[in-house]
Amino acid sequence: MTATATSPEAGTPATGGTSRGTGGARRRLPRIPDRIRRGGLPYLLLLPAVLLELLIHIVPMVIGIVMSFRQLTQFFINNWGAAPWTGLDNYRIAVDFDAPIGEALLHSFLVTCVFTFFSVGFAWLLGTAAAILLQESFRGRGILRAVFLVPYALPVYAAVITWAFMFQRDNGLINHVLHDQLGITDEPSFWLIGDNSIYTLIIVSVWKGWPFAFLMLMAGLQNIPRELYEAASIDGAGIWQQIRRITLPSLRPVNQVLVLVLFLWTFNDFNTPYVLFGKSAPESADLISIHIYQSSFVTWNFGTGSAMSVLLLLFLLLVTAVYLFLTSRGRKGSDV
Amino acid sequence: MAAPQSFLWTRRIVLTLLAGFVLLPVYVMVSSSLKPLQDVSGKFQWIPSTVTVQPYFDIWKTVPLAKYFVNSLIVAVSATVLSVTIAVFAAYAVSRYAFRGKRVFTVTVLSTQMFPGILFLLPLFLIFVNIGSSTGVALYGSRGGLILTYLTFSLPFSIWMLIGYFDSIPRDLDEAAKVDGCGPVGALFRVVVPAAVPGIVAVSVYSFMTAWGEVLFASVMTNDATRTLSVGLQGYATQNDVYWNQVMAASLVVSVPIVVGFLLLQRYLVAGLTAGAVK
Repeated sequence: MTATATSPEAGTPATGGTSRGTGGARRRLPRIPDRIRRGGLPYLLLLPAVLLELLIHIVPMVIGIVMSFRQLTQFFINNWGAAPWTGLDNYRIAVDFDAPIGEALLHSFLVTCVFTFFSVGFAWLLGTAAAILLQESFRGRGILRAVFLVPYALPVYAAVITWAFMFQRDNGLINHVLHDQLGITDEPSFWLIGDNSIYTLIIVSVWKGWPFAFLMLMAGLQNIPRELYEAASIDGAGIWQQIRRITLPSLRPVNQVLVLVLFLWTFNDFNTPYVLFGKSAPESADLISIHIYQSSFVTWNFGTGSAMSVLLLLFLLLVTAVYLFLTSRGRKGSDV
Repeated sequence: MAAPQSFLWTRRIVLTLLAGFVLLPVYVMVSSSLKPLQDVSGKFQWIPSTVTVQPYFDIWKTVPLAKYFVNSLIVAVSATVLSVTIAVFAAYAVSRYAFRGKRVFTVTVLSTQMFPGILFLLPLFLIFVNIGSSTGVALYGSRGGLILTYLTFSLPFSIWMLIGYFDSIPRDLDEAAKVDGCGPVGALFRVVVPAAVPGIVAVSVYSFMTAWGEVLFASVMTNDATRTLSVGLQGYATQNDVYWNQVMAASLVVSVPIVVGFLLLQRYLVAGLTAGAVK
């Protein structure tokens, strides 16, 4: 029974794929092997991905959530299952905004929001400007395009470490220009500690992040049909009007993806603050990812660190859900 | 059509400023790498008063840079090959077949992409340490362990991008291949993969560069023997002094191959993004 069912299938693989409409397959074969064959293949193709997703995402996430309910300190690292169960205590500590830990978390969250807003805003602005201005071909366009992608191509730590050097108080370029050459500041400022750190962080983040926006928008511009511009030009629209009426609206679908991606990357960015400031960031630039890292790996309090991670995750899910809801509702009218 | 003066001037000014902003650190990197230590420790000089290539020789001795280089290369290449290969199969399945659980799979992949690395760092760290203490398999501190953690960001991105890219390749192409006697896997490798080369290159470039620049996992999951460049470069800072000229020289040395490779492949990246993400 099974032999007769599988042999024609195995012997002529071509008919299995093409006989969708013909009755040939149905006449000779019971339906089950065909369904298994068709149904099994995608699962087989997915198997490695599913196994890895389980191993690197699902299991760690479950463990992370379990960890957040335990009092997990350095004494239990080798055997985390033995850490005492504390229920919601870690969460209570994390969101008790009157106590030092909660207050610091709230502060760090607000700093991250401000940082993300300006960082994404400027990155988007620069990316849009560059993409639009490079849309028409002119001499030097190819070189500029390559130059603009350099921050994206440079390894993060190499680029950020250079910025850290430029922002050094005594031997950096920034103070040399601001203080020695232009005389804007009375004395050399600190850029990597104290209140100025947030500006430093935003500048470096924009420098590193805007080429991605440029790249995405450049790709998006290639999908706008030339005829639209030609038609507008015949109707007498100038180049500024064409940008406002054709280019910017056409980029909307790209922007919807781009802004979400930039938001998530910037909000979660660890590399930039870590290379700029080290294991513990100055208060004015204490981003949430560094903050959680510090609570977990510097003060060795994995339980609270996990609770903070879970809260961060819930926040990101909420923002993404609201954003997707809003953008998809706005799109309902069009045919996309 | 002739653009008006206002547009041309805006273009000149904005693009010049942007180029200056972008290239400023590159200039600092290059010029400072050619200065002796006392010059980079003092006031910044736009034009080096003394030019020396000594830092380029010293970088290999101050820290074991060559070893870090090899570690970074092994980890980044393995993570890229692994995630792209697995993603090709998964994306093909999602793009070409209807099956139960498809939605769950794609939603999971899409959502894990947005999770912060710090979320996985803690549990993975604990899993690795616990596997080590109970079975003796040293994942923590090993290159294999680091490669696994790098899949947390490269695998979902690769799957997600490739689904979009495969969707943009007409189904008729692989249907035709099946008529000509290819099995589904044959159609994937003979037709879909060749047609998706720009997308696959784009995804590989992204995975490789992210792995090459990754700092968070590398700083926790490596030891002296497996240290990658992203952590190793911190070795130029000693208790008393930072060898800024060597830091800049080393940064340049680790950046040049990546930047050149990227600029050569960037056309693919735009093409890959056009079909994969920007639809």
